[in-house]
Amino acid sequence: MKNNRFNPLGVPIFIGAMLVIAVVGQLITQQRESDSLERLKIQYAKPHQVAVDHQKLPELQVNFKAPQDVTRACVSCHTERHKELLNSSHWKWAREVYIPGRGVTIVGKKNMINNFCIGIGSNEVSCTRCHAGYGWEDASFDFKNWENIDCLVCHDNSGQYLKSRGGAGYPDSQTDLRLAAQSVALPTRDNCGSCHFYSGGGNNVKHGDLEEAILTADRNVDVHMAFDGGNLECIACHEAENHRMLGKLYSVSSMNRNRMNCEKCHGDFPHSQNILNEHTIKVACQTCHIPEFAKVNATKMYWDWSQAGKLKDGKAYSEEDEDGNDIYLSIKGAFKWEKHVKPEYVWFNGTADHYFLGDKVDKTKTVKMNSLNGDYRDRDAKIIPVKVHRSKQIYDCCNKTIIQPKLYAEEKGRGGYWKDFDWNIAAKLGMEAVNEAYSGKYCFVKTEMSWPVNHMVSPKEGALTCTECHTRTGSRLASLTDFYLPGRDSNRFVEIIGKILLILSVIGVLIHALMRIIASKKGGAQS
Amino acid sequence: MKSVKIYNRFERFWHWMQAALIIFLAMTGLEIHGSFTFFGYEQAVRYHSTAAVFLMILIVFAIFWHFTTGNWKQYLPTFENLRAQIDFYLTGIFRGAAHPVKRDVLSKLNPIQRLVYLGLKILVIPIMVSSGLLYMYYRYPQREGMVGIGIFELKSVAVLHTLGAYILIAFIITHLYLITTGQTVGSNLKAMITGWEDIEDDDDKVYNPKTTEIEVKADETTTN
Repeated sequence: MKNNRFNPLGVPIFIGAMLVIAVVGQLITQQRESDSLERLKIQYAKPHQVAVDHQKLPELQVNFKAPQDVTRACVSCHTERHKELLNSSHWKWAREVYIPGRGVTIVGKKNMINNFCIGIGSNEVSCTRCHAGYGWEDASFDFKNWENIDCLVCHDNSGQYLKSRGGAGYPDSQTDLRLAAQSVALPTRDNCGSCHFYSGGGNNVKHGDLEEAILTADRNVDVHMAFDGGNLECIACHEAENHRMLGKLYSVSSMNRNRMNCEKCHGDFPHSQNILNEHTIKVACQTCHIPEFAKVNATKMYWDWSQAGKLKDGKAYSEEDEDGNDIYLSIKGAFKWEKHVKPEYVWFNGTADHYFLGDKVDKTKTVKMNSLNGDYRDRDAKIIPVKVHRSKQIYDCCNKTIIQPKLYAEEKGRGGYWKDFDWNIAAKLGMEAVNEAYSGKYCFVKTEMSWPVNHMVSPKEGALTCTECHTRTGSRLASLTDFYLPGRDSNRFVEIIGKILLILSVIGVLIHALMRIIASKKGGAQS
Repeated sequence: MKSVKIYNRFERFWHWMQAALIIFLAMTGLEIHGSFTFFGYEQAVRYHSTAAVFLMILIVFAIFWHFTTGNWKQYLPTFENLRAQIDFYLTGIFRGAAHPVKRDVLSKLNPIQRLVYLGLKILVIPIMVSSGLLYMYYRYPQREGMVGIGIFELKSVAVLHTLGAYILIAFIITHLYLITTGQTVGSNLKAMITGWEDIEDDDDKVYNPKTTEIEVKADETTTN
C-alpha cells in the first residue's frame, strides 16, 4: 500500500499538461495573413490599357483659342458625356438631399457655408477656380450650358493645365490647350489634388489628410498611394460610373448613400484575429488605421476671423511660423496650424445636418457648421476619426445668423473685405448676394466643423494599439461616454465593494494568523 | 492515526488546474480591467479568452465527474456542526482544539466549506461563466439583427463579471490561508498534492454540544 500512496510522476505529468495547453492555446490564436489583401495586390498590379491615343485624333490637331473649343471637340466624339457631367456634383456643387426636420433640400458648396473662407456667395470669381467649369462669376451662371464644362481640369495629363487665380474657373492664359487636349486620360492624383489638396486657400488647409505630400508619400504616410506601397490613384477607390464619383465629404453631404468605404475592397472582416473583426461592428477602419493626420505638412486647426483687418502702415501684412505657414494674415485673421494631430472621435451613422444660411443660432454656444449624427445605440453608427476645425467667424448679432461676407473683389472700392477691410460693407454685400437679411450689426461667434479623416492610412504596424483606447486615463475615446469600454470604465460601486472585500479578507487572515501564532507560543498548543 | 486517500487523481488534477486557471484569469482579467499592465492588453485579452475556454472544458469534466461518482453530495449543505465549525475557527483553533468534524472519503468538507463551495458552484462560477460568454459573444446577436436576444450594452455584463472576480479573489486569499488550519500547517496542502492524509482515529473523541468542544476520552497521544 505504502508504495502506491503517491506517484512522483504526477507532478511532471501535471506540469507537462499545462505546457501542452499553453502551446495549443498559443497556436490556435496565431495570426495569419489575410487572403483578401493578397487578392487586392494582384488586382491592382494590373496596368491600365489605353484604348485611344488622343494625340492621333484629327479633332485635336487644333490650336484652341477658348477652352470651350476643347469641350466642344471632346463632345464631338464623346457625344453623351456632357449630359452626365451636367448632373454631377463636380459641376452642380449641389445635391438634393433629405434631412430630418428640414425635408428635401439642396446641399452643396453652392449654398452651404463653412468656417474657413465661409462661402462662395458673392465670391464666386475666386472660389470657382475649383469648379469643373468656365465662367461661374455670380448667381446667374447657366448650369445647363454644357459648353462651359471643364473636361481638362480632371483629364489633362500634360501637367501644365492650370486654372487662374480669380478667373472664375478659366485656365491661365499661358496654358497650351492643344497640348492639354491631346494628353487626356484617366484622372491622376495630380488632377484630383489640384483642387482637393489646396481647398481653403493652401496646401492641406482644410482636410488634414489630403495634401500634396500624397504625391511623394512613402508607406508610412499613405499605405495606399505610396510609391513603395499600393501606388494607387484616387480613382482606384473613388470609382466613377457615368461621371458620378463614389464617396463624398460630410462638410457638404447629408445622406448615408454613395459612400466610399474601406470595406468595399477589404471586406467586412479583414483581420485574421476575430476579436479585431468584432471591433468593426462599432469602430470604423479609419479609427485604428489612421492614428494621426497632417503627417507631413501642417493643417489649419483654428481660424480667428475677428483678428483680421490689422494693417501696418496702412497695408496688409502676414506673419509666418518656422515652417512657413501663415499664422497671421490681415485679410483673414489669425491661424493655428498643427502637425501629427490626433483626431477627435465621434459616432457617425452616415447622416449629417448643417448650418444653413438663415438658421438662427445662440451666440453664447459654439455653433456646429456641420453635425455628424449617431450614438452607441444607433445600429448604423460607428466611431470615426474627425478633424475638428474651430473658428471665430462673422455673425449678425441682431438677426442671430452667421454672415456670408463678400471677401473677394478684383479691386478696392468694390466692398470685398480682402481689399477694403470693412466688415460692415462686406457683410451687407455678401448677405445681399445670398438673399439673406443683414441687420447692420456684426460680431464674431465661435464655430466648429467636423471633417471625417479617411486618407493617409498607416501600414498595419502603425495602427492603434489596444491601450490607446482601452485605458483608464488618456483614452482616445474619453469623450465618448455613452457605452462601457473595457479597460477604461468601471462601476464605482462595484470597485468599492470589491476592494473592501479584498482588504477585509487580507486583514482577517492576518489577524487570525497572528492570534494563532501568539496562542501557539503561549500555550504550546499544536499549530 | 491512519492514512486515508482523500483525493483521487482526477480530483487533484481538477483542483490544481482550476486553481492555476482562476489565478491566471484573475491576473489577465485585472489587466483587461485596467488595474495594471503586465502581459500587454492584447495578450491579456487573448490569454484570458483562451484560459476561459479551458476552464469551461475543465468545468464540464468536473461536472461529469461529480455526478458519475456521486461526489456532488459532498456539497449538500448541512447545518449540523456548523456552529461548532464556526466556533472552532473563532476560538477553538487558538486553544489547539481538534477539528469538530471528522473528515473521510465520504465527507471531505466541513459545514462551512460545504456552504461556501456550494455558493461558488451554483452562484459565482455560473455567473462568471455566463457573463464571460456574453462578454465574448454579446456583439453577434446585435449584428445579426436578432434584437430579441441582443444585449445593447456591455455595462451590466462587465460589471457583474468584475464583481464575481472580486469575490473569487477574496475566496482565494482566505482559501490559501485556511489551507494551513489542518492537522498540521502543511497537512491539507500535502493531501491535495499526494491525495493522502493522516486522519486521527477518533473513535476516542466525542463532540460535546454543550461545551462545543471535542473531548478526548482516553488520554492517549498519537504520533506518526
